[in-house]
Amino acid sequence: MILDALYNALIAPFAEFDFMRRALVGSIALSLGAGPVGVFMMLRRMSLFGDAMAHAILPGAAIGFLVSGLSLGAMTFGGLVAGILVVLLAGLVTRNTALKEDASLAAFYLISLALGVTIVSVKGSNIDLLHVLFGSILALDDTALFLLAGITTCTLLVLAMLYRPLILECVDPEYLKSVSRAGGPTHLVFLVMVVMTLVGGFSALGTLLAVGIMMLPAASARFWATELDGMIVVATVTAMLASVIGLILSYHSGLPTGPVIILATGCLYAVSLLLGPHGGLVWRLAPRVHLEA
Amino acid sequence: MHYVLCFVAALIVSAPPGESRAAEKFKAVASFSILADLVKQVGGEHVDVTAIVGPDGDAHVFQPSPLDAKAVADAGIVVVNGLGLEGWVARLIQSSGTKAPVVVASHGVRPLEGEGEDTGKVDPHAWQSIANAKIYVANIRDGLISADPADRADFEAKAKAYLARLDQLETEVKAAIASIPPKNRRIITTHDAFGYFGRAYGMSFIAPQGVSTETEPSAKDVATIIRQVKAQHVPAVFLENISDDRLMQQIARETGAKIGDKLYSDALPGKGAATYIDMMHNNIAAFVKALQQ
Repeated sequence: MILDALYNALIAPFAEFDFMRRALVGSIALSLGAGPVGVFMMLRRMSLFGDAMAHAILPGAAIGFLVSGLSLGAMTFGGLVAGILVVLLAGLVTRNTALKEDASLAAFYLISLALGVTIVSVKGSNIDLLHVLFGSILALDDTALFLLAGITTCTLLVLAMLYRPLILECVDPEYLKSVSRAGGPTHLVFLVMVVMTLVGGFSALGTLLAVGIMMLPAASARFWATELDGMIVVATVTAMLASVIGLILSYHSGLPTGPVIILATGCLYAVSLLLGPHGGLVWRLAPRVHLEA
Repeated sequence: MHYVLCFVAALIVSAPPGESRAAEKFKAVASFSILADLVKQVGGEHVDVTAIVGPDGDAHVFQPSPLDAKAVADAGIVVVNGLGLEGWVARLIQSSGTKAPVVVASHGVRPLEGEGEDTGKVDPHAWQSIANAKIYVANIRDGLISADPADRADFEAKAKAYLARLDQLETEVKAAIASIPPKNRRIITTHDAFGYFGRAYGMSFIAPQGVSTETEPSAKDVATIIRQVKAQHVPAVFLENISDDRLMQQIARETGAKIGDKLYSDALPGKGAATYIDMMHNNIAAFVKALQQ
């Protein structure tokens, strides 16, 4: 009886419906790449980068739309190019002037957004391009799945290759600068990877889901681990767990899927915030008996 | 082509000095393309019509620009659909400071309530029933007459002729539906735009998006539709010109239903079916082609 109920609650949705299986595969593929990338972004204090990127890609998407109409491939590719241009320019300005990273990024993404809005209105169309470009987790076709899986594979390979310099870049960029000239290129490659993961996530799953599944699990992981490796594992597992919980909840309750998945990561974040062994609120508020003894 | 003819006609009429009537052509603004066509049909050469949401645009989610406000401010008459379709239009009219009379084209239509999640919300797509379109035309005629009484006789004659064409169209639609076997009179569309059509001509429609394109479907909604399509052997799914079609393609893949020709529900297309009557012809042709077996 209990087994039957469990089967119906947890397994049956995926057994019966192809779109649920696709959603599961897509969100797990995204989690695998977004988990580690999110942790590095959090450590680099770039947690709000994803939201900026969602706007920065507009001119690329608009030019893709002008060239080949409402073609998802062209618009995604255009968005990717625009996103990469914005981070590269912002990165160059940050490295070579007194301007800090957040300010230079804000400058470039705002220019990019304004340019995009202008290009769209030149065409005289009122279709909300970003609305069209941003996908839904319930409508993953083969192309979207391959895109997600391909991007995740690239991301993980590059991360593995750049692991050491990236850690140094995050923790002590001045030291890295003094011993090696790899800092600049490492940072730029990392930014390009972030843009790829984000834009792929946008066009397959939508902005909220792509950014949320990247940043919330990373923030949660901070409360469970102090070592980078541990944080990456916790973030990835949290992201996957939240995806599964969100999908099943949305299936049974009828609430919209993307937001529910992010709310699930939000709940896990709240639990971590309260109970996490490293800086969780409960441990801070509780009297430190062992010290008094 | 029509514009060119109007322009030439305007030149000819305005050529003799003293005859300045054509130069001060009466300006009408309609909220979206289908209404604009109806106004054009009744107003003929006396009225210069602009649509705020142009062809292939989505009137549910629209951001007006200053040019739109200017068009409304300069208008001699403003025609809106009402029934909650254009939530943005009341603010636009108010902020433009226009003195023009506002005609609510759906005035007098018996509103239909949305089904399922949309219970309690009014379905705004009244023009999909030709009987309602006739009410629209009558409202537009009366509005034009009170705004421009000098051309009364012409407006009345044009409206009378157009109403006769709509009667003929309705006969054609009924004949077309009659040629579809009753068990096949069921289809799926992206957003719930055909409630009035279904009620008037005896077809049932299922849509994942509800009556507005703004809502995001849940996994439960999609699962319900897929079950329904499989259980009732719904023969075809249709895509619209204003909605994201990835979700529908997933539903078609999963159920084996075929994808019919594109439907026009809330906007006339940029090219092809350029008038209300063309749009209805296009839609019934698509229904017949996919369902008549």
